[in-house]
Amino acid sequence: MAKKESVIYPYIPNSVPEIKEEMLKEIGIKEAETLYGEIPNNLRFKRKLNLPKPILAEWELKRHVMDILGKNKTCEENLNFLGGGCWQHYVPAVCDEIASRSEFLTAYAGEVYPDLGKYQAFFEFQSEIGELVGMDVVSLPTYSWGCAAGNAVRMASRMTARNEVLLPETISPERLAIIRTFCKSAVRKARIDVRLISYDSKTGLLDLESLENEISSKTAAVYIENPSYLGFIESQSERISKIAHDNGAMSIVGVDPISLGVVAPPADYGADIVVGTAQTLGIHMNCGGGGIGFIASRDEEKYVAEYPSLLISISNTVQEGEYGFGICAYQRTSYASRDKAKDWVGTTTGLWTIVAAVYMALMGPCGFKEIGQTIIQKAHYAIKLLSEIGGISLPFSSNSFKEFIVNFDGAGMSVTDVNKALLSHSIHGGKDISREFPELGNSALYCITEIHSRQDIENLVSALKEILK
Amino acid sequence: MKSQVKLRKYHAPVWSEPIIMEMSHRGERGILIPIAEDEIKTAIGDAESYVPEEMQRKELPKLPELSQPQVLRHYEHLAQETLGMEENIDISQGTCTMKYSPKVNEILARTPQIADIHPLQDEDTIQGVLQIIYQLDLFLREISGMDQFTFQAGGGAHATYINACVLRAYHDANGELGERNEVITTVFSHPCDAATPNTAGFKVITLMPDANGYPDIEALRAACSKHTAGLMMTNPEDTGIYNPRVEEYVKAVHDVGGLCFYDQANLNGIMGVARAREAGFDACHFNLHKTFSSPHGCMGPACGAYGVRNKLAKFLPTPLIGFDGKKYHLDYDRPDSLGKVREFFGNVQVLLRTYAWIMSMGADGLLEAAHVSVINNNYLSKLLMAIPGVTKRYAEDKIRLDQVRFSWEKLEKDTGCGTLDVQKRMIDFGVQSYHTSHHPWIVREPFTPEPCETYSKEDCDYWAAVLRQVSWEAYTNPKIVKTAPHNAAIHAINRDVLDDPKRWAMTWSAYLKKVDNNR
Repeated sequence: MAKKESVIYPYIPNSVPEIKEEMLKEIGIKEAETLYGEIPNNLRFKRKLNLPKPILAEWELKRHVMDILGKNKTCEENLNFLGGGCWQHYVPAVCDEIASRSEFLTAYAGEVYPDLGKYQAFFEFQSEIGELVGMDVVSLPTYSWGCAAGNAVRMASRMTARNEVLLPETISPERLAIIRTFCKSAVRKARIDVRLISYDSKTGLLDLESLENEISSKTAAVYIENPSYLGFIESQSERISKIAHDNGAMSIVGVDPISLGVVAPPADYGADIVVGTAQTLGIHMNCGGGGIGFIASRDEEKYVAEYPSLLISISNTVQEGEYGFGICAYQRTSYASRDKAKDWVGTTTGLWTIVAAVYMALMGPCGFKEIGQTIIQKAHYAIKLLSEIGGISLPFSSNSFKEFIVNFDGAGMSVTDVNKALLSHSIHGGKDISREFPELGNSALYCITEIHSRQDIENLVSALKEILK
Repeated sequence: MKSQVKLRKYHAPVWSEPIIMEMSHRGERGILIPIAEDEIKTAIGDAESYVPEEMQRKELPKLPELSQPQVLRHYEHLAQETLGMEENIDISQGTCTMKYSPKVNEILARTPQIADIHPLQDEDTIQGVLQIIYQLDLFLREISGMDQFTFQAGGGAHATYINACVLRAYHDANGELGERNEVITTVFSHPCDAATPNTAGFKVITLMPDANGYPDIEALRAACSKHTAGLMMTNPEDTGIYNPRVEEYVKAVHDVGGLCFYDQANLNGIMGVARAREAGFDACHFNLHKTFSSPHGCMGPACGAYGVRNKLAKFLPTPLIGFDGKKYHLDYDRPDSLGKVREFFGNVQVLLRTYAWIMSMGADGLLEAAHVSVINNNYLSKLLMAIPGVTKRYAEDKIRLDQVRFSWEKLEKDTGCGTLDVQKRMIDFGVQSYHTSHHPWIVREPFTPEPCETYSKEDCDYWAAVLRQVSWEAYTNPKIVKTAPHNAAIHAINRDVLDDPKRWAMTWSAYLKKVDNNR
């Protein structure tokens, strides 16, 4: 073995040689090496790991990392119009405060007695999402909206004993890729076919005739989103759920809950399972690390039995009037039943769950209503001003919530070039979707939220006018 | 005998917090949001006119209405009623490596340069993020001997799911998927090593331990066939015993054309000591929230960093990070990729903390962490084995690495107090409830501590003293153990509710509908 340098590590109390020796003596051996006697010599790693020289002093480490991170241009420095699966909303200071509470930050899988607060915050998250989507069962979240959608499709397939799901062609290609992964199986008969339903080229809305044609006795579920990936609200949602139900299929709806102060809860228009993100609820984008996705349904045993997720139920204790909590129907999970479980679960997004609970409590009913109104007004103000620029058109934008397509075909510039030019104005332009949806031409997906002021929107407009002139 | 260590007086904070819906006062506001300027309102009109009528919300959601200080106080109370790793000697949660997460890394992870970055920004504006991920990939390649990592998995089980998907893609590419439909795992490997291949469509064969606690190699040989897609196992397993014949297991599976995945969720005891590559594995994963110091966050966000040898790299999810000597870039052009298992490219804040931690430790520091974790474990083991009622199963003469699966079977026989009773009593002394065992319980009345390098000798002494005290109580006054907890925020809960559809309630609205059933 290569010789180790003698360093006292601040994170390792027993790196003090005297203490280590004392402990080894207690164990009855001379050196740590002896403890590895079970590992055959040929499996031992004999050289020293080839890693950079450590930066031992905390200040130097901080400076080293900040130097690297300084190469990033944040959405605080630049004006950002990117959405498309990760969205910039304001994160209330109280959310950051609770996210940094060491108890929540550093607890893990403890039982309810030591970790009562964690369980209660989880239950409150479930309760608040339940109010927004209109459902009585909500899961502890999984990794993202796409993962939640994949789980929900698999639930529907088991519940209906059918192996096909219908999705709108306007779905986010990224979420679609995740759903496809979840629907694959090593065994042919267990695969879920993923089929795309075309959309109305004028409105972006689902083509109901295609849906009627494609749906059959093989269809487990129809999955739609509100707002859709391309930003519009699907006005035919109730009819889509009805078509699904008329054919013995389930209706799954994906939502961004920040819209649910003004947009109807999916339960009202026939959804059987609701999924969605909670990243928009007080969680920083974290370059995609803010992902979190929930599943919700009615409170029926047949649904509960199919959830892969942990579900926190309220309970009582031996003390009158005291709330307790625990995991509902634990036997159903893969922690309890390994390969006999119907799906799998693991460590997901507990801290974000708590932060989203705080956000929903801060916002309350009025906050959700106002933020929905504000976002719509600001987005449509941007739509109005942008549509007045020569060379730009905005298809499907009449029912937009916060995102909309900006098409540059008439301007004769590619989205790549427009975005490069916008960067020199310190603006992150919208997501280039010209390869995702070639039929929509040279288009970008723009996102406006409550953080954008009138001035920000007008700055974008004047930058684009300058670039396109 | 009572313990020599003086146990502290402890009581958990008790706040008897109502559910937040019960705290609501009509009209109160927790935060105000930036409403659209008058010019916008004038130009645009009512927001509702842009929502199709049939899609408008008719009734406001019944969310709580509270002022900001009251919301903050409520969640601070809930925080206090949670026993974080930083607040206790968290040797308890074995297999989870409850390691200290340096505060400086937390500060770095919260800077806008990480927190307020959008993953779809132009590559030129996220060079710092991409450099961190790329370098971390190189570090983990060196630590594992693998050739390429992906960080898309948001947790350890998610990484084993990627592995199951890689098995599928690999055998599919070879035209053998139809035939290769079996995955072998061991009962002492994490449940996800059985559950994720099952979800991916494989039939799962679980090996039971032999008399010495190793997965039965004869059973493995019998299970290997042309149907074998792969093996998914840990080593050392939850018992803490390193399996010296691991190469033979790998060879048996390779000989029939299967792939071998090494679940290294907790690598801690053998970091820099032994690698997946030398043992012959094709793939492995590390939990960055365990061995690599990112905090556990009440179950995430986390990362299962998944690494493979070259021959499997083309199947990894998109995108990967590339570097041309000048610039870092996202590589989406990967035609054989299995696709995606999650949006974007990982929990970047977790990757940043991991990068910073490795940079602060270096090769020697990682090895020191491994050594100390094994020394701590053997020291603690010696203390625990001296406690009446504690035994350990299997190969008693073998040295354990990072953890040991102990048993209270004798205590249970002698006193009627089993592991779940002890688990509830120990928290009365201010330590986290221990991990018993994953299911099924092969070792009876199990418990699995893991005193990683974070914990001092004194910490180990204290933790052992708590169990010694509980054991003493079980022999002298079992009622106090049976009726625990006594110093927690709540008393023993009614577990029947959790499995009863008439009484369970996952939301406050469901609870209100069922409240009479609970009386």
